[in-house]
Amino acid sequence: MSQPDSVLQSESFADLPRLPRDEGGPVFAEPWEAQAFALAVKLSEQGYFTWKEWASALAGELKAAASRGEPDDGSRYYHHWLATLERLVTAKGLTDPAAMLVRKEAWADAYRHTPHGKPVELGAGSSGPSRP
Amino acid sequence: MSSSGHGHDHDHDHQEVPSDLTLRVKALESLLVDKGLVDRAALDALIDTYEHKVGPRNGARVVARAWVNAAYKKHLLEDATSAIAEFGFSGRQGEHMVALENTPKVHNLVVCTLCSCYPWPVLGLPPVWYKSAPYRSRAVIDPRGVLREFGLELPEDVEVRVWDSTAELRYLVLPERPAGSEKLSEDELAALVTRDAMVGVAKVTLPQPGARS
Repeated sequence: MSQPDSVLQSESFADLPRLPRDEGGPVFAEPWEAQAFALAVKLSEQGYFTWKEWASALAGELKAAASRGEPDDGSRYYHHWLATLERLVTAKGLTDPAAMLVRKEAWADAYRHTPHGKPVELGAGSSGPSRP
Repeated sequence: MSSSGHGHDHDHDHQEVPSDLTLRVKALESLLVDKGLVDRAALDALIDTYEHKVGPRNGARVVARAWVNAAYKKHLLEDATSAIAEFGFSGRQGEHMVALENTPKVHNLVVCTLCSCYPWPVLGLPPVWYKSAPYRSRAVIDPRGVLREFGLELPEDVEVRVWDSTAELRYLVLPERPAGSEKLSEDELAALVTRDAMVGVAKVTLPQPGARS
């Protein structure tokens, strides 16, 4: 039932970057990508920003990355997605960079203080609110 | 043996701190959840939907229906958003869908040059190559070269039309029904339709007789 995948002709257009291909593999390479994706979609659905605002912010982020000379082969796509998300939630006043940094450290701390096999929760470290 | 060089009881029985990216997402998510701006269960449900439920199979069903049902095809080409909604597939961002019919003389190719707008409700999430800079830039500059890399060589007299998606407008290619598929049912036809064909980088083909694995 699966279609034979057409063979990539690497000798053509050797001067241009090759297109990354896939075999219809996993949608998300890592869990954080899925979480970042879901956050953007949900926040937009709930009206914190329109999808047009999102697309335009993401396009800006991708363009900036390209002008910094970063390779843009699609593999870093969700890096840019996350950066866009952090920028947009800050612009919309939903949270701010300082709070994100503090919370990030709290999570890192929680990992360092949680024994193997136990679920990692905020508060396992020295700081951060604990939640049920 | 002890590898601990630290003064206090910092043993290595604790969890490895995940990547910076993971921590950034966890930080943002937990802040927004704490503020009641998003619901964690709703986030999980959304991820599950995109990982397991939405995908190119939705689009394949739309294409197969259009192949076997002339009235549906007319509806799809005139108002793809409502024709697709008949299956219960609709956009999360309220975007409009447009179906582009491939013919022996016209081949349609879809790209999003600015970011990666893509018809999620019918194709799921975009593949890596769709999001890549080479595809985004070259699909417009050199569509035939791009198609050739995908193994699709089009005759010179076929016009290639490239469609640039936006946040509001998403395209679905209606590929040509393969010759020799007259006896297949709608379900059998749907099984032949690939994601690549609905983006316009491939044609739909019948499995080669004797080449089945």
